[in-house]
Amino acid sequence: MEEKEIVCVSCPMGCRMTVQAKEGDIISITGNDCPKGIEYAKEEFTNPLRILPTTVRVIGGELPLVSVKTEKAIPKGLLLKAMAEIAEIEVKAPIKIGQVIKDDLIGTGVSLVATRNIKRANSNLLSYKVLK
Amino acid sequence: MKTDVVIIGGGVIGTAIARELSRYRLDITLIEKEEDVAMGTSKGNSGIIHAGYDADFKTLKGQLNVKSNPQFDKLCRDLKVPFKRIGSLVVGFTKEDFNKLKDLKENGEKNGIKNLKIITDDELFKLEPNLNPQAKYALYAPNAGIISPYELTIALADNAVINGAKVLLETEVKDIRIENGQVCGLLTNRGLIEIRVIINAAGLYADEMAKGVGENFKIKPLKGEYQLFDKQWGNLVNHILFPIPTKLSKGILVAPTVHNNLLIGPNSYQVEEKDDLATTKAGIKEVYEEAKKLIPHLPHQDLVASFAGLRADVEGGDDFIIEASKKIRGFINVAGIVSPGLSSAPAIAEMVSDILKEVAQKIYPQLELNYKNNFTETLPAQPRFTDYVDKIEKWQEIIEKDSDYGEIICRCEKVSKGEIIRAIHRPVPAKSLDAIKRRTRAGMGRCQGGFCSPRVLRILSEELKISPLRITKKGPGSEVLKTMTKEMIKETGVKIKDEVRV
Amino acid sequence: MKLEYDLVIIGGGPAGLAAALEAEKNGVENILLLERDKYLGGILFQCIHNGFGLQYFKEDLTGPEYADRFITQINNHKIDIKTETMVVKITPNKQIIALNRNDGLLCIKARAIVLAMGCRERTREAIAIAGSRPAGIFTAGTAQRYINIEGYMPGREVVILGSGDIGMIMARRMTLEGARVKAVLEIMPFSTGLTRNKVQCLDDFDIPLRFNHTITRIEGEKRVEKVTIAQVDKNLQVIPGTEEEISCDTILLSVGLIPENELTKEVGIKLDPITGGPIVNENRETEIEGIFACGNVLQVYDLADYVSEEGEIVGKVAKEYLMGKRRYRSQSVKIIPGENIGYVVPQHIDFLVPDRKKIKLFMRVKKPEERVRINLIDDKGKVLSSYKKGIVTPGEMESVYLPEVLLKDRLKSLTVSVGKEDKEQR
Repeated sequence: MEEKEIVCVSCPMGCRMTVQAKEGDIISITGNDCPKGIEYAKEEFTNPLRILPTTVRVIGGELPLVSVKTEKAIPKGLLLKAMAEIAEIEVKAPIKIGQVIKDDLIGTGVSLVATRNIKRANSNLLSYKVLK
Repeated sequence: MKTDVVIIGGGVIGTAIARELSRYRLDITLIEKEEDVAMGTSKGNSGIIHAGYDADFKTLKGQLNVKSNPQFDKLCRDLKVPFKRIGSLVVGFTKEDFNKLKDLKENGEKNGIKNLKIITDDELFKLEPNLNPQAKYALYAPNAGIISPYELTIALADNAVINGAKVLLETEVKDIRIENGQVCGLLTNRGLIEIRVIINAAGLYADEMAKGVGENFKIKPLKGEYQLFDKQWGNLVNHILFPIPTKLSKGILVAPTVHNNLLIGPNSYQVEEKDDLATTKAGIKEVYEEAKKLIPHLPHQDLVASFAGLRADVEGGDDFIIEASKKIRGFINVAGIVSPGLSSAPAIAEMVSDILKEVAQKIYPQLELNYKNNFTETLPAQPRFTDYVDKIEKWQEIIEKDSDYGEIICRCEKVSKGEIIRAIHRPVPAKSLDAIKRRTRAGMGRCQGGFCSPRVLRILSEELKISPLRITKKGPGSEVLKTMTKEMIKETGVKIKDEVRV
Repeated sequence: MKLEYDLVIIGGGPAGLAAALEAEKNGVENILLLERDKYLGGILFQCIHNGFGLQYFKEDLTGPEYADRFITQINNHKIDIKTETMVVKITPNKQIIALNRNDGLLCIKARAIVLAMGCRERTREAIAIAGSRPAGIFTAGTAQRYINIEGYMPGREVVILGSGDIGMIMARRMTLEGARVKAVLEIMPFSTGLTRNKVQCLDDFDIPLRFNHTITRIEGEKRVEKVTIAQVDKNLQVIPGTEEEISCDTILLSVGLIPENELTKEVGIKLDPITGGPIVNENRETEIEGIFACGNVLQVYDLADYVSEEGEIVGKVAKEYLMGKRRYRSQSVKIIPGENIGYVVPQHIDFLVPDRKKIKLFMRVKKPEERVRINLIDDKGKVLSSYKKGIVTPGEMESVYLPEVLLKDRLKSLTVSVGKEDKEQR
């Protein structure tokens, strides 16, 4: 039998719950103060998901990076793999908030979207070029 | 390369000598192993121009301090270095202290100081309302002053360069070449310099330089820790306050700085390594507790910085070593310049110039010390926004000449972009964050560069035309940034792909 | 350049943006917003993580998205904006001296001013960590700026001091970008950040969080090489013999935020020593009539949502002030922090507002407690109102509503205290 401790983040109480499971099936959830805890514990135990906020390199923009996030939460275990894939992406300015930067991030089916606008750099100024 | 005179060491002494010698038609080269001048003791000291009553009147310490003291007004005016002659008080609590103060006064008068006074009671507390109420007597020395020691060093260096001297940074002595009992060359990490006269002003490392010519004095680093409080506390004291001095040191002082911070320190203890500038918990406590004895209501927050400095203490010696080496011709030692070294710098430079004349007569008669007729005494004005806060309409003219002066980069110390760019292009250029800090004060304020350092870094990168990854805090090895974002995850990401991470 | 405005707002972050918008919506006509950075948004653009807007918009947004909501509105309203403009002085008669490269010197006459300058980070020097001064020591916010805005990684092997939100967020950020965070140290026995951050920033990445620990020494001449850490007792004193060394090349400090009130002090406004911000009435007005403060410059917030709320308060009352339409109480009610309360904002209640039903009081407790009540007690010791709280902790700002009906005419002071749940006094 498996036992896992999960701290609920639904409200500041931060109830410490214990999930008991056998062969992956949840047998019991204890320690919660309200039903939100049960929901949260179930999710966290079976398939913890996380929104991934990060940045993507920009070409020809006023700034060298655009802040992005996954449109939906993706499996926790794939975060670093996702970061490695995102590191290879370059996107051209101008960029609009909400714009899809990458469809189907590492096969999750979830899109990576821009969370801010980036204007094109002034044409008579060097774009914000990072000198090598 | 070939040069007439090499000065080893870019501290306040080396640069003062360089400036003094640049009055003559000489080819002068100053070499400094760090990436900027003022990286040694010259940036970690109390910044006091002493009146000169401490050291015995028979010593160089005593004589050169008193000789130099009156020179600072003109020197600092010419070089645009902040200096305030606020006076000092050595404070005593007991009858025994009173007697020590009398001795100091007597010695000072033997040194030629005429305006020393012992004051008590009302007069004392009128001068210093926040002084420990148990204080009874003080020796008042109106000639003492406060200065920014690294700004002075940098200005001396800049002026020397304007007057033809060369300052070679990141240049370290590897070996001294001697032929027939005479200096003939200096091997550095950048190559050989053909030279006949070497002036050893290498501070903490002066003994190691002198060993090369067979001298065996030893320099032991003596550390002193300091604390600097926010400018709102600069008015806590009006003068430099000293406790009764001991054999070891002048004690832990409390003084305003020339930029209106409050400075306390230094303590005094031996350390092993000549680059051990670490502050310690015990030292921080000791300095604070001792300073409280003079000013009981020291702030217990608003600490802006703490730092340490090392004194180049000569083992078994008690005076400056300023003389031509008797072992090898062409080698002049300017070593063991502990307190009152900063205060004595102008007179030390003059003394070295006289020694050089003698040395040159004997071994290098072609080297005539003839004055230049175009020596420039002054440095151009360096407008600083923070100096204009009370006459701010005048700053408009400066912005109109160069809009970079309208962009404030360091909010805490009110430093404009124009000042930072100017510092990068000074005769002795600033190439690191700390070098910018010493010249402009950007990064020295309450937030210690939290807001401005990314901006200063970017300005350095743009002006020097090098990658931001190569900008350092204080020279090679202290690069601020590691990689561009995304480069690091590409490196580590490859490893992680196969690892099971929760 | 001489300018005149009805309302000048200093700071274009979440507080200033909300204040500007609300003032405009309420009919203030000549508004100038001054911002020292190139872009509006304050600290929000470097806070690329989510968790913003849960209260305000009922959505889970990242910092930049939250900022965008306000900036888009600002661009559609008649509000003058000057960026890359640094305010260097405010006078008691509401003259503002500012500087930028295009206009040069600006002398702005304002009828009302809103201080929204935010805060700065506490430094290594301010907490006197012993040791050397190598490269590689950053406050967490500065590291965040480098990574998310400038585009550089400041370090590879990191130790973080402080388990506040910024410290934990940066632990995750650095790990995601390929650095190795070896430990997060917290001097208190509890974290001062949100639980959500502990789970998603530290637990998720197996980053050890060590309570009752601090850094006692930094080593490394040119670059950080290692830190010495030690355990502390309940008086925060180092327990000898508990020292350990952790090798690293980077230290991030998340050891507190300090409201940036140098301008405020220079104009002579008194600060509350606990909040670090000006003492204000319920209109967020300082002791100088017509100079208001909101956001982190007034008290350090955990949630930008509350900052926006406070900006709105100021935006609304600015109009009333400019119209001269305010009625003062015959005497001000002083709000006093009582048992286990660190501070309360506002510090006093000055106005009579006929259609006002309640006033929101913001506070932080000194120590964490569970199953408590927050009590409002009058100057005679009578509990006027009591609010149940499951858990209170210094890391999470609390608020209670003070009903207007309790503000009797002769009330001189109101003490806010934390009491035990079961001890309900009437």
